[in-house]
Amino acid sequence: MAHAATHDHHDHHGAPKGFFQRWVMSTNHKDIGTLYLIFSLTMFFIGGAFAMVIRAELFKPGMQLVQPYFFNEMTTMHALVMIFGAIMPSFVGLANWMIPLMVGAPDMALPRMNNLSFWIMPFAFLLLLSTLFMPGGGPAGGWTMYPPLSLQGESVAYVIFAVHLMGISSIMGAINIIATILNMRAPGMDLLKMPVFVWSWLITAFLLIAVMPVLAGAVTMLLTDKYFGTNFFNAAGGGDPVLFQHIFWFFGHPEVYIMILPAFGIISEIIPTFARKPIFGYRAMVFAIASIAFLSFIVWAHHMFAVGLPMGAEIFFMYATMLIAVPTGVKVFNWVSTMWGGSMTFETPMLFSIAFVILFTIGGFSGLMLALAPADFQYHDTYFVVAHFHYVLVTGAAFSIMAAAYYWLPKWSGNMYSETWGKIHFWSSVISVNVLFFPQHFLGLAGMPRRIPDYNVAFANFNMISSIGGFWFGASQLIFLGVVIHCVFFSKKKAADRSWEGAKGLEWTVPSPAPFHTFDVPPVIHDDELAHGNTEH
Amino acid sequence: MTSGGIGRSVSAWAAGAFALFGGAAWANPEPNQLNMTKGVAEWSPYAMHMVALWVCVVIGIVVFGAMFIAMFRFRKSRGAVAEKWSHSTKLEVVWTVIPVIILIFLAHLATGGLTSFADTTNSEMTIKVTGYQWKWRYDYVDYKGKGVDKVGFMSKLEETSNRTRQLKSNLDPAKIQVDGYSTYLLDVDKPLVVPTDTKIRFVIVGGDVIHSWWVPALGWKMDAIPGIANAAWTKIKEPGVYRGQCAELCGQDHGFMPIVVKAVPKAEFEQWLAAQEDEAKVQKAAQTAQTVQAAPAPAPQG
Repeated sequence: MAHAATHDHHDHHGAPKGFFQRWVMSTNHKDIGTLYLIFSLTMFFIGGAFAMVIRAELFKPGMQLVQPYFFNEMTTMHALVMIFGAIMPSFVGLANWMIPLMVGAPDMALPRMNNLSFWIMPFAFLLLLSTLFMPGGGPAGGWTMYPPLSLQGESVAYVIFAVHLMGISSIMGAINIIATILNMRAPGMDLLKMPVFVWSWLITAFLLIAVMPVLAGAVTMLLTDKYFGTNFFNAAGGGDPVLFQHIFWFFGHPEVYIMILPAFGIISEIIPTFARKPIFGYRAMVFAIASIAFLSFIVWAHHMFAVGLPMGAEIFFMYATMLIAVPTGVKVFNWVSTMWGGSMTFETPMLFSIAFVILFTIGGFSGLMLALAPADFQYHDTYFVVAHFHYVLVTGAAFSIMAAAYYWLPKWSGNMYSETWGKIHFWSSVISVNVLFFPQHFLGLAGMPRRIPDYNVAFANFNMISSIGGFWFGASQLIFLGVVIHCVFFSKKKAADRSWEGAKGLEWTVPSPAPFHTFDVPPVIHDDELAHGNTEH
Repeated sequence: MTSGGIGRSVSAWAAGAFALFGGAAWANPEPNQLNMTKGVAEWSPYAMHMVALWVCVVIGIVVFGAMFIAMFRFRKSRGAVAEKWSHSTKLEVVWTVIPVIILIFLAHLATGGLTSFADTTNSEMTIKVTGYQWKWRYDYVDYKGKGVDKVGFMSKLEETSNRTRQLKSNLDPAKIQVDGYSTYLLDVDKPLVVPTDTKIRFVIVGGDVIHSWWVPALGWKMDAIPGIANAAWTKIKEPGVYRGQCAELCGQDHGFMPIVVKAVPKAEFEQWLAAQEDEAKVQKAAQTAQTVQAAPAPAPQG
């Protein structure tokens, strides 16, 4: 009887049968989460292909493969695709999948808007990528789109329309996440018992709502400058090119935290699981994320130390930027303390998380150095900066996403991935990524500017090492693809509901794979079952 | 950096510590160079950079050391049993306060560096730098309080590099050398000539899009922005040829607009400047003669 009843239940509430019905018309948070994740992985490979072109041209001095203008298109598109296409949507995908499961909600608060905010994305990127095949080419003025250079391009209208679409998608996603977290938590899931991942996304969503409209404003002014005769940024017409940079970085700096705060959340879930010990200083962790988010609004001009700001402004932005080291330090120290006294095992998600802590901290160190304005006069716009932001974005954000994928794949697919191949992927990635980016510190300090297609012979050795690391890292990600496909479609090893011995939290109380609908009835919360249920501090 | 006693003692300490990186005073990029150049100018961020680097190295050793000890000692495979604690106010206060103290120390140094960099007063000469797609223009404005008469020129990538850097040129970049140093993409047809031991004020502007004027040996870069006149200064201590590049993406040939500064002793510079002024006069006379011949100048109006 009981079995029949369950079966009945599934007939009524299971996934729609038709492909179009299920995926294109979906209002299910899990399916939309999957769509986001597949989309972002696709974009990761497209953006990665652009990076391969860049590293191939930089393999040795002299121009061997592409024209300088095409090289600039590649650097610009690599950044736009990786930031807006790979990193951000994958975090939104993780939010879609996990937030309802983590707070005991049946779905996202606004399921139809959820569908819309995903399905805008493929069209936005189709528009953006199509510019590469047009006469005049794609955007080549850098992802920062500084005028007057960006206005010399022929693809301005396409790029700006694509950016508007991405912005609309992000804002809708953020509204949905805030509405879900604030309204849909199961009774007993107090705000200060929520997983740190949920907290990090709540704060990130507010950042998104605050700054995406600012980006929209900035690019709209570019559009009217280009096509409607305005002079916001045109010095000859009384405008100011630096104004764009202020507006852009008022968006841009919170944007970089949008790409790292959810990563902090992920790592704060994974390390306690595999250390079998609660997170150290839960409230300090949440408060640190909030402080970093606040500070992100008052540091934007540290991207502009070399534009000739007045000294008072340089001092203010330098001090404010240095302050970020304090809450970031608290997070790193707390992760280490969580590990201290634990009972650790080193499955693939834990390996990626530990690599995250170490390598993100190295990115933080170069960040602290960059914050010092007099030294930044030397570092600015060199490969030192390139090394810095790839440490925080690749070994930071991207590694956390891979950690999350390995961590929750058993819950998503119902199967265990191949631990051996996961570890091969990890070691191959972590070694190659350092071969790829560490020598770039040296190149920058020795005087190699960023965004150049060719360089002096003195820079040859480290560029070649970096390129070899790049090809190796790129190839390593094919292993990731293989592990995921194997896990979802071919793995014979079924995952337990609680897939990891030390895992706590509501997501592990539902079956693996998570059924199409979960928490139709709000779960009864036992604090012991939560990852952060008994944290009194 | 001239930020008083602290700056000096720190730079002495840093210079000693720098032995690890084998610190020659590189004027131009060296093969396999690991670290920033000390530079050849009175103002240099090198000491600041080294202090920050060592602060990071020490913190890194402590934090990563603790992590590796934890990973070794607290493994389940070694029979470690998880403890239950998850909080310590004392520890959290400690690792909030200590970084703040370190940051105050760094901020103090950096503020000194910024203050001395921002002071362009008492300069002995002025040079206007204009960035164009994709070359630089230098105009000598004044020297020792006197206006310079029409000395100015364009400076762009020299021809051998320019031929070699064409796509599939099959020319070897390594062959382009001066005194055993590669000058591929770092040499120009006409360098900027400046005197040593002279406080030079640069006025930097952009002619079309934003560029950035950067010579690593001088220790700074400054954006060249249309409609904005930025100021920076240098006082070069050693004669020599110092090479740099545009540092702000400015279009397809952004990688191909190098900067070469040739610093010579004052007396030599004065001779050079006088010769340039004479040449300018001769050229101007010739031009005027041409225009007069071609079409008589209209009578001045108003």
